[in-house]
This record gives sequence, structure tokens and C-alpha cells, in this order.
Amino acid sequence: MDKAATIGAVPHSHAHDHAHDHEELGFWRKYVFSLDHKVIGIQYTVTGLLFLLFGFSLMMLMRFQLAYPMHPIPFIGSLFGAANAPGGVMLPEFYNQLGAMHGTIMVFLGVVPLAVGGFGNFVMPLQIGAPDMAFPKLNMMSYWVYFLGGVTMLVGFVMPGGAAQSGWTSYPPLSDIATTGQTVWLIGMVFLITSSLLGSINFIVTIIQLRAKGMSFMRLPFFVWAQFVTSFLLLLAFPPLEAAGVLQLMDRLAGTSFFLPSGLIISGRPLAVAGGGSPLLWQHLFWFLAHPEVYVLILPAMGIVAEVIANNTRKPLWGYRAMVYSVAFLGFMSFIVWAHHMFMTGMGTTMAAFFQTTTMIISIPSVVILTALLLSLWGASMRFTTPMLFALAFLPMFGIGGLTGLPLGLAPSDIHLHDTYYVIGHFHYVVAPGTIFALFAGVYYWFPKATGRKMNEVLGAIHFWGSFICINGVFMPMFIQGLGGMNRRMYDGGAQYAHNASLLHWNVAIGWAAWGLGLCQIPFIINFFWSIKGGKKVGNNPWDATTLEWSAPSPPGHGNFLTEPIVYRGPYEYSVPGAAKDFTPQFEPEDAKK
Amino acid sequence: MHSDPAEVKKSVRSYMTVFGMLMVFTILTVAASKFHLAVPMAITVALVIAAMKGSMVAGVFMHLSHEKRAIYGALLLTLVFFIVLLFIPVLSMMDHIGTPK
Amino acid sequence: MNIPYTVEVRPDTGLHNGKLGIWLFLASEVMLFGALFSSYILLRVGAPEWPHGELSVKLGTINTIILISSSVTMVMAWASLKMNDFGKHRLYLLATFLLSAVFLVNKYFEYSEHLSKGEGPWHSTFFAIYFTMTGLHGLHILGGMIVMAYFLGPGAGMWKKNPEQFANRIEATGLYWHFVDLVWIFLFPVLYLL
Repeated sequence: MDKAATIGAVPHSHAHDHAHDHEELGFWRKYVFSLDHKVIGIQYTVTGLLFLLFGFSLMMLMRFQLAYPMHPIPFIGSLFGAANAPGGVMLPEFYNQLGAMHGTIMVFLGVVPLAVGGFGNFVMPLQIGAPDMAFPKLNMMSYWVYFLGGVTMLVGFVMPGGAAQSGWTSYPPLSDIATTGQTVWLIGMVFLITSSLLGSINFIVTIIQLRAKGMSFMRLPFFVWAQFVTSFLLLLAFPPLEAAGVLQLMDRLAGTSFFLPSGLIISGRPLAVAGGGSPLLWQHLFWFLAHPEVYVLILPAMGIVAEVIANNTRKPLWGYRAMVYSVAFLGFMSFIVWAHHMFMTGMGTTMAAFFQTTTMIISIPSVVILTALLLSLWGASMRFTTPMLFALAFLPMFGIGGLTGLPLGLAPSDIHLHDTYYVIGHFHYVVAPGTIFALFAGVYYWFPKATGRKMNEVLGAIHFWGSFICINGVFMPMFIQGLGGMNRRMYDGGAQYAHNASLLHWNVAIGWAAWGLGLCQIPFIINFFWSIKGGKKVGNNPWDATTLEWSAPSPPGHGNFLTEPIVYRGPYEYSVPGAAKDFTPQFEPEDAKK
Repeated sequence: MHSDPAEVKKSVRSYMTVFGMLMVFTILTVAASKFHLAVPMAITVALVIAAMKGSMVAGVFMHLSHEKRAIYGALLLTLVFFIVLLFIPVLSMMDHIGTPK
Repeated sequence: MNIPYTVEVRPDTGLHNGKLGIWLFLASEVMLFGALFSSYILLRVGAPEWPHGELSVKLGTINTIILISSSVTMVMAWASLKMNDFGKHRLYLLATFLLSAVFLVNKYFEYSEHLSKGEGPWHSTFFAIYFTMTGLHGLHILGGMIVMAYFLGPGAGMWKKNPEQFANRIEATGLYWHFVDLVWIFLFPVLYLL
């Protein structure tokens, strides 16, 4: 891995007092089983990006079936075999596999590993002034268990009956009786959850224990606060899903009826189980995690956007304190809103009222954070670098995503919108032009720190504008379809229902926008790999930024900092009145006259 | 703190005391079950005794009674979510649309 | 790479990294078993009838006594290190290991009895939750035993090289072990007595 090669090639640090382990590590210990958070962060990033691409490809296949139902898939149709697509025409079972795996892969193998495992691992220790994570061996294990989980998930596709195909939500009774791929999914989830838990412990201990001298909690970059709260969400919300996974495995393998109600009849025959179980039990345990999980998806993104905006407006963030309190409150509230995913399960008015109330309340800290970021633009001295383009786009895109969540969080309107394309439009706006755009911003922003070279701005602009236009083309029409009553998860694109007839043409437009979106990633892929060796070389602080990571060499060596990092001020001291430069870094001593 | 050998020697006595009390409470809880109390009462008694045993294990064996703020904070947060997880699902199942109040 | 506060405590938090780490892990375990207790509550409340007296209270009580005893020997294993008595430490750690083994053997007999009567997890929701909760708990006991075996075996070498860090590791093991005991303290009355 070429990028990692530059990490070893760093000036030998004399200032840190650990003299022991500068013996040359072999290839495997340096690049594969590394204990260095930066190498591990890059491993997560590359693996995460590859899974994002794979999950995206699954979606591009699905959109073909939706745009041109029952048509043979062009060029590659024969590759899927007769079990999935005889004559190149996608079978419903294959469509369902693609759907379930697209969701699973994007959320658990793509976005979170990239946002938390990748950016969190690489940037956070640098931003707090730590030499590495608190538990480097645990960190290394977290990555490899994630990798194992990812491989397990992919193995599902070659199982008889195919991969998991009961939605990423795996609702029983369907998932209980589904083909072997579902068992593989459950095992994969156990690996992924374990990886997450180990990682979250590491992050929390590192942030609490390894902050540099002078780095108080209220001087932490917002990115670190976001990762801190995210880690608590992962730590406390994932175990119930692990328990649920165990219960579903027991149902599938040991004949239990945790989720199987009495008297269940399948294909005309009663199921030979004890019964007495509850499908809703799964839903509660699943959504207890899956709601905090969506905040896991957005919080690191908000963190990245905050960093990029402060840097490219040359101003402090507006309302840092409010943002910190909001993100902590948001994390707390995220644990008590989950059943807004379950309004249609026969819930009575009392509990529905409870969950509607908490859901409305949770929108407040979200709005505070978004408003603070927007207000941070007021009076800015804007630099439209590629990271800034993505960070700026995040704001209205997240706005749309958030606002469209409101009718879903209120039960009366949810009655009409639940399980329609409106929901798909809503959550994709938050995750795709929301989080993923923020992650792109992060890649362009921190690439120089990781490699010592900048990515190309022209390719970056093409990547941005192409993606921005296409992604809106993909998801905006979905609101129209959903409001028109088009259900989600239908392999024929809704053609079987008369009320969808006037909405079907949107599937064609969405399809082409999706394939266009795929093409627009090519400049990014080229840029990413070419810039490793061919990008413009930079020094420690190419963006003239204020946070601690920019005091380390690009890329940082073993131990990260050449001298012990000391923090003198807050994280966003840009354009300080009376200062000579338009930025005063956290690590610059008080009396430095420049 | 508990790293000092002299302090630790004093703690050993409290460990033994707690051991004795845990044995007593175990016998108590089994004995209580023989009385065949009404279900709500039986549950209350069993859980109260278990909570007392648990507090002793946590407070003395796990040194939680002298722990640091960061630990207390994390555990308090956990406790809140634990209670939510324990009771909200069953509450939401007991409140059905169409069921007369 | 020297990670600060691995052995010495950080002044403002008063903690060393491993102590915070293990408590956070235990917090996640509270949520794991919490989910299973929640499932128990939901399934039992929703059930028209719930079995009573299916499980051997005698065996359950014996196992409770064994596990509580193992908790005492575990804390003594740590205390002995703090009082610089490595020999006593090893005896107490071995005692904990052996008591855990007895616990598991008892569980084996218990499970076999039920299975021979056809009362497996598939038999009813009660047995499903009984086997799952005690099974997961048993796996945690096994995990603890593996860690203890490591510290009785190859891991013991650290006492010579870095006694403070070794003591910290035993303390962390002890915290995990007490948690396992804590879960059983609730599991026993809930499954066996109520």
C-alpha cells in the first residue's frame, strides 16, 4: 500500500522519550498487522471506500430493474447465473438480495467504517495530541474483525438460496425462515458489532485519557466531540442488536420461537415450532440500535463539515459551545426515539405520543448544529476548495433530509408515508448527499496530511458538480413517488399497482441519474490514486489550519509529533483581531511573534 | 486508594464480610421463593434481594463505591438506557390500538 | 511506542487506561444482558401461561454459592498481588478457575437432564430464554476462564517485568469476573425462582 510507505519515511524524532522500538518492522507488521492508528485508519478508509463502491454497484443493478422491469441486464446480465438472473432478467429473489445487501453494506461496511474507523482513527489522535490510540493492539484487532465481518457478508452471495434478502432490517418471521444467506448475515453482524464495540472503547478511553497538555474538553475540535458522542452510541446501542442477532440465530438454528408467533402458517402449512414468540421483539431490539446508528452515520459527518467550514471561512465556528451541548443532547435523545420506525405496528396512542414527542425534541439539537454551521458562513472570507464545495453542499442537503424526516416522525402523516419511496428519499438525502459528501470533503481535506500531497482541484470540482447534480436527480423524484403512494422494496418498480402508473416514468430518470452518479465517481478514483505519487507536495499545514494535526509532519511518523504537543487556545482561532496571520493555531505558543 | 498494601489489608475484611452477607441473602431469596407469594410480591422480593446482593458485589468487590467520576458518569448513562431498554418495549406492547382503556 | 497512563494514572481523571476501558466494556455488557432481560420480560408478559418449577433450584443455588465464592477468590487474587504475595495470588486465581469449572460442569449436568427429557430450547419460550441466557452467561464464564488460564500460564511472566501493570490486568479480569457474578445474581432468581 503505497500510501503507507510514506508513513515510515519520516525524520527520526529525537524529542520523544521512547527509544526502544525503532527497529525496522517487517512488511506484515508495518502494513498489514500494524499497530499504528494512521495505518489502521488508512486500512479502514480504503476498505470502506471499496465497500461503498460495491454497495453502490448493487444499487445501480437494482435501478436497472426498476427503470426497465423484466429486461435483460445489458452487457453483464449473463454473469449472475441462472439462479439470480436467468437470461439476464433479474429474479425477484435476486432483487431482494441486492436490496438487503445494498443497505447492509453501505451502512455497516461502508459509511461507518469510513467515518469512524477511517477518519476517527486517523485524525482523532492527531487532533488531541496523542501518540496513538490508548489500545493499539485492540485497534488492530478491530480492523481485522471488521474485515472478517465484511468477507462473511460477501460470502452470503454464494450460499444456496443467495445472500440475505429480508431487507437490511431482517424482520421476522420472514428472516427466521429465509435461506442460509440470512444465517451468514447474522454471523457477519456479530463480527461487525464486535469490531465496533472494541473500537468505541478505544476511542472513548483515548479521548478522555490521552489529550495533550492544555487540551481541555472545551478546546477539542468539534470533530473530536462528534467522534466521542458517536462512540458512546456504538458502545451502548449495538449490544441489543447483538442479543437480537443471537436470538434470531437461535430461531434459525436451534428451533426456538423468540420471534415466531403461535399459529404461524407458511405456504398453507403450520410451522412446527413452539410459538409464543413476538416479531415485534425483534423490531424493538433492532431499532434500539438502528436509530442511534443513523446518528452514528451523521455525527462524524457534521464533525468533518465543521472542521472544513471553519478552515475555509477563515472565521471561528459560530456557537461552538451550543454545538457541543447539542451534539451531547442529540446522542442522549437518540436512545429514546426508536419506535418512530414502528408507528404502524399497532402501537397505542400513549406510546406513540411518547415517541412522537421525543422525535420532535431530537430535531432541535440537529437544527442548532445546522444553524450554527450556516451562521458560520456569515461574514466569511470564503475559499472554494474542493473540501469546501462538498462541505457547503452538505448543509442544504442535510437540511432537506432533516426536514423530510418531520412528517415521518409524526404518526398521522407517517401512516401515508411509511414504507414508501418518501422514506427512501428522506434517509438517502441525509446519508448520501449528506454524510457521504461530508466524507468526500474529509478525504480531500486530510489527504495531504496522510500522504504529503494534495489532490487535484480540477478533478475535484468535476467530481463535486457531477455528483451534486446527479445525486439530486436520483433522490428528489423519490419524494414525488412516495407521496404518490409508491411502496418500497418492490422488484418491478411498482408496476403491479395501478396507482403507481403515473409515477413509473420517474424510475427511468432516477436510473439514468444513478448511472451518471456512478460515472462521476471516476474522476475521484483517478484523483485518489494518481495524487498519491503525482499530487502537489505539501508541508505540515497546507490549508493554514488551526487544529493540532496540522502541527505534525505530512505524513506524521511513528509517535506523530516531533515535539510534545502543547495546546494554548481553542480550536478555531481564525482572523483574531490584531494577529499578524489570519489564523492562530492551537499549538502556537502565546508570545510567538510572526 | 486501593493500591496501598495497608489499605488492601483492611479491604480484605470487608470482602469476607460481604461474602458472608451474600451467602445469607442467597439463602433468604431461596427461602422466600418457598412461600409462594403472589407474583407481584414475589418479583419485588426477589429483585430487592438481588439488587442488594448486586450492590455489594459492585460496591465492594468492584470497588465502585470509591470510583472516579468518569466511571460513574459512564455507568449512570448506561443505567438510564438500561431501564429504557428493559421497560419501554413491553410498555409499547401493552398499549394497543383498539383496546379499550 | 509508550502510551501514557497505561500503568500510572492520569492526574485529572484519576484513572489508568485499562480501568476505564474495562468499565466501558462492562457498560456494553450491561446493555447486552439488558436486551436479553428485556426480551424475557416482553415474552413472559405476552405469554398466556409461564412454567414454574421446571428448573432445579438445588443446582441453581449450589451454582450461585460457587460463583459468589469464585468472586471472593478472584478479589483475593488481586488483593494478594497488592500485598506482594505472588504465591497466594496464584492459589486464589487457580481456585477461581477451578470453581468456574465446577460451575460449568454443574451446568452441563443441568442441560443434559433437560435435553434428555426433550426440554431443549425449541420446547417452549421459557426454555428458549433459559438456554439462551444461561448459555451466553456460560460462554462468558468460559471466556473468563481462558483469560485466567493465560494469567496462570504464559501471562504470569509480566509480574517479574512490570508488577504494577500485571496487577492492573488482574484487577481488570476481576472486574469482568464480578460482572459475570452480578449477572448470575439476577439470572438465578428470575429464571429459577420466579
